[in-house]
Amino acid sequence: MPQRSVLSLLLPLAALLAAGGCATSPEPQRAPSAAELDAASRPAGQPYESVRPAETKPLSPLDDPSSPLYRKVVYFDYDNAEIQPQYLDLLRVHANYLYRTPGAAVTLEGHTDERGTRDYNLALGDRRADAVRRFMIAEGVPAEKLSTLSYGEERPADTGHNEQSWALNRRVELVY
Amino acid sequence: MKTHGRIPSSFLLLLGLIAVLLAGGAAHAKLTIEITGGVEGAQPIAVVPFGNIGDARPGVDVAAVVSADLARSGRFAPMSPREMLVTPHREEDIDMRDWQLLSMNSLVVGEISPSPAGGYMINYDLLDVFTGRKLLSGELPSTEKGLRNAAHRIADAVYEELTGEPGVFATRIAYVTSTGRGPKSRVTLRVADADGYNPQTIVDSADPIMSPTWSPDGRRLAYVSFENHQSAIYVQELASGRRERVASYDGMNGSPAFSPDGRKLAMALSKGGNPDIYVLDLGSRQLTQLTDHYAIDTEPAWSPDGSQLLFTSDRGGRPQIYRVPVTGGPAQRVSFEGDYNAAASYSPDGRSLVMVTREGGRFRIVLTDVGGGSRRYLSNGSLDESPGFAPNGSMVIYATQNNGRGVLAVKPIGGGASQRLSQDSGEVREPSWSPLLR
Repeated sequence: MPQRSVLSLLLPLAALLAAGGCATSPEPQRAPSAAELDAASRPAGQPYESVRPAETKPLSPLDDPSSPLYRKVVYFDYDNAEIQPQYLDLLRVHANYLYRTPGAAVTLEGHTDERGTRDYNLALGDRRADAVRRFMIAEGVPAEKLSTLSYGEERPADTGHNEQSWALNRRVELVY
Repeated sequence: MKTHGRIPSSFLLLLGLIAVLLAGGAAHAKLTIEITGGVEGAQPIAVVPFGNIGDARPGVDVAAVVSADLARSGRFAPMSPREMLVTPHREEDIDMRDWQLLSMNSLVVGEISPSPAGGYMINYDLLDVFTGRKLLSGELPSTEKGLRNAAHRIADAVYEELTGEPGVFATRIAYVTSTGRGPKSRVTLRVADADGYNPQTIVDSADPIMSPTWSPDGRRLAYVSFENHQSAIYVQELASGRRERVASYDGMNGSPAFSPDGRKLAMALSKGGNPDIYVLDLGSRQLTQLTDHYAIDTEPAWSPDGSQLLFTSDRGGRPQIYRVPVTGGPAQRVSFEGDYNAAASYSPDGRSLVMVTREGGRFRIVLTDVGGGSRRYLSNGSLDESPGFAPNGSMVIYATQNNGRGVLAVKPIGGGASQRLSQDSGEVREPSWSPLLR
């Protein structure tokens, strides 16, 4: 539907203009958001992601505080990407769930504390997420159910600048 | 209607133009600059307020901008206009004895006239107070909007004439800011003039933005963004706002660095299972893997001649700096002192490096020779990072903490005044100094 794709480009453009493009508007003008920049740069023929209707989820053990699957974070030592032994059981519970549950998939989000350089920490978070991924694959989880995403030090769980905060920030979160 | 498969480039240009208009109109918190170090040995100079010819009514005090630039460098101590006994605008109106009495070394005078083509013509002279000799005479056209930039270019010319090194007042700085926490947090990539004025938002996101870096022509920025829960490297043209996603592989996509000729982008990718250094040819889109090691390899930085890349690796157990030829081959370790050295980059002349080092649990900026020796600390914080040279090699910009808040700092290598750049609210980090803009 080539004609429609051009239209779909024009519609957000019109919204953009209405939002801040008018010079006489009393509203303060704003910078383009990342999504708008993409809209402006998107090649033709590439459709917009359709809006998915909200799914009504049945009660999941992942959200049940009494289930071992409720815990979804493992922590790491400083500048280290080795899984500590006390988290192996927790990861096995999740591996088992992923293995047995059709359609279940998880993103392993790697994080670090704020010490050291941002790009090195991005790589360290990647190593942590990958360590968990490898463990899950060794436990039999199909690789296609696992993806990794490192945020490095960009998304701290705790914003303090002390040992306690840093310990909480060196982690991999299992995001279903 | 097959022709609709591609958008005409003029349409894309229009979209880009709209993005620029939106960005240009946005009011943003300015970067505030404070001088934080001593100014011993600064040269006395008088920049006399420029005269206005005819009906020229410039909206910018050009001489004040020149003065502020020179003061910020730490190399000059400009006289306050209130202490001036006379305010000549032309060479023939100057009596050097007035300025000798005030112990000035140098004098800048100038005037601004309306240009027949619209805008202004700025004429200025730089004179040596002892000899009365004219060191520099310049003529610069400017629009009303371009007056600050014209003033920065005059300051650059004066600075270069008196110090022998190019000024960097007409350059820009890219940086990342963040405000708020949790779902309300915003991260923006901004570009401001080197004096903190004219901040422009390049990207605004609810997700992290990292590692902005300039193309050698100063027209594009590469950066890492986490939109849509994925890390990806983008290259964005500043003038049009158009951007392109150049790397979004499985795993980590980080640490972009333009080659000195602007044709290639070095980056760190973990698509092969662990972070390694790759080089992407931006023209042919060919991706070449440069390092292959089970350890972390990241933070590539090109040598000014484009033949070598520095990178950080923990292949020896702890992060250290290594060097590898761009054509491939074994990596050689560069840093040996200390158990944490990272984020190294070259000075423009290729003779020095700056990097982050850990010492006694503190992360500080250190200057070394190209071989990693002759270390000298440039910063004194505990979480200092993201160091990079100014394009004339005379200063290093880095990110630091001030009262628990992220700010930027500029440290002259030859000593003298330091600068602190902060925003009224929120954090500022990951500075990247533009190349010299012509």
